[in-house]
Amino acid sequence: MSKHHVTTTINGEPTEYLCEAQQSMLDVLRDELGLTGSKEGCSSGDCGACTVICDGDIVCSCLMLGVEAEGRSITTIEGVAQGDKLHPVQQKFLEHAALQCGFCTPGFIVAAKALLDQNPNPTEEEARYWLAGNLCRCTGYDKILRAVMDAAEVMRAEAAQ
Amino acid sequence: MPRVNYEAPTSVDDAVKILAGASGLAKVLSGGTDLLVQLRSGRLKPDLIVDTKRIPGLIGIREEGGFFVIGAATPGVMLSGNAKLEHAWPGVVEGADLIGSTQIQGRCSLAGNLCNASPAADSVPAVIAARATVVIAGPSGRREVPAESIPTGPGRTSLGKGEFIIEFKIPKPKPHQCDSYLRFIPRTEMDIAVVGCGTNVTLDANGVCIDARVVLGAIAPTIVVVEAAAKALIGHKLDEPTLAALDAAAQAACKPINDKRGTIEYRTKVAGVLARRTAAIAFERAAAR
Repeated sequence: MSKHHVTTTINGEPTEYLCEAQQSMLDVLRDELGLTGSKEGCSSGDCGACTVICDGDIVCSCLMLGVEAEGRSITTIEGVAQGDKLHPVQQKFLEHAALQCGFCTPGFIVAAKALLDQNPNPTEEEARYWLAGNLCRCTGYDKILRAVMDAAEVMRAEAAQ
Repeated sequence: MPRVNYEAPTSVDDAVKILAGASGLAKVLSGGTDLLVQLRSGRLKPDLIVDTKRIPGLIGIREEGGFFVIGAATPGVMLSGNAKLEHAWPGVVEGADLIGSTQIQGRCSLAGNLCNASPAADSVPAVIAARATVVIAGPSGRREVPAESIPTGPGRTSLGKGEFIIEFKIPKPKPHQCDSYLRFIPRTEMDIAVVGCGTNVTLDANGVCIDARVVLGAIAPTIVVVEAAAKALIGHKLDEPTLAALDAAAQAACKPINDKRGTIEYRTKVAGVLARRTAAIAFERAAAR
C-alpha cells in the first residue's frame, strides 16, 4: 500500500508529508510532523484534547484523516502564540491558573481562540456551550471560563484602540 | 487504525464507479464523525474509504426551484450559519446543531447522520418532518426518495451497492408553515437523545392547523412518522384537548427499549411531552411566518 503525499498549510507554513490513509490528522501532527502540542485524549471525538482549526472551524483532529488536509489550512496550538508573544487566551490561562495537569489545555486554547475569532463578545453561557466538546478532569472548568471571558474583554479593548 | 485504502473522487460518476467496483467493503466518508470512531473501535472494517467532499456540490446549500438543496457532506456549522435556512426551517437547523460538540459540528453531515442510521440521530426527525427527499447516485443512475426510506434499522440503510446520497432537498415552507425539534438528554449537551421529536405544522390565517407531520426518534429501531399525531393536530388550534390527543398519539407510537439512558415507560412519557412542546413552538413560529 503506497503512502499519500499531502500538500497543506499548517500554522501558516506550506507543509508536505507522506502518510498512510488510516493515519488521523492527529497521528500525522504528532508522529510525522513533531507537532506534539495536540493531545490524544479519547480518539473518539468526545474530549477535545486534539482540537485544531481547519479552514476556520474547530474540529477534532482524531476524527479527520491526514489525507483530508490536502489543500486546506490547519492551525494547531503551536500556531496560537506569535513567536514569544502569547495570545490573550494563553496569558489569561496563566493568570487565572486555568490549568493543572495541562493535558486538556491545548485543546481548550485552540477552541477558545476560535470562539473569540468568531464571536468577540460571547456570554458566559455561549462560551460554555462552545467549549462543551473540551473536557477537563482537573480544574472543574471555573477558572477556564474566567480566563476565556477575561481574554475576550482584553481582546475587545485591544480591538477598540 | 487498521489499514485502509482511500480515494477522493472529484465527480459523482467517479465516486459511483469506485463504490460499485470495490471488491471489499467500501464506506463513504463525509465528516467522519461516526465512520472514524467505528473504524478505530473495530466495529467497521472497510477496505476502502471514499471521501465525497471533493465532489462539487456535495458541500454547500443552494436554493433551486422551490427547494433548499443541501449537499450531502455539508458540515453542521454551515447549516447553522445559513440564515435563510434557519429562518425557513429552524427545527431542521436546531436538530442538526445538537449533534455533538462545536468540533463535531465542524465536520458532521446530514447524510452521515441519516446513513449511520442510529435511531437517536438528532438531525433526522426534523428533516423527515419537513418532508425532505434525498437524491441518490448509483450504478443505475440517480433516484430521489423520501428521506425516511433510508434508515431500515439500527445501522442499516436501504442504499444498494455503489449508491450514495449526493444531496437533500427540503421544500421551501408555505406561508404559516414552520417546525421545531427538541430532544431529551440527561446532561445539558454532548449526549445521545433519549427521545427526539421533530414537528412541522402549517396553519391557516386563523391559526388552525391544516397540515402537520410529527416524527419521533430514539423510541423505536428507526424514526417513527406518527400519522395519528398529525391527525390530532389537523383541523384544530393548539388547545388542551388537542395537546392531550397529540400526547396520547405520540405515546402510542413508541416501541422503545430499556437501557441505561431511559426505561420504556420514561421514554414513552417523554415522547408525549416533547410532542406537546415541539407543537407549541412550531405553532408559534408558523403563526409568525
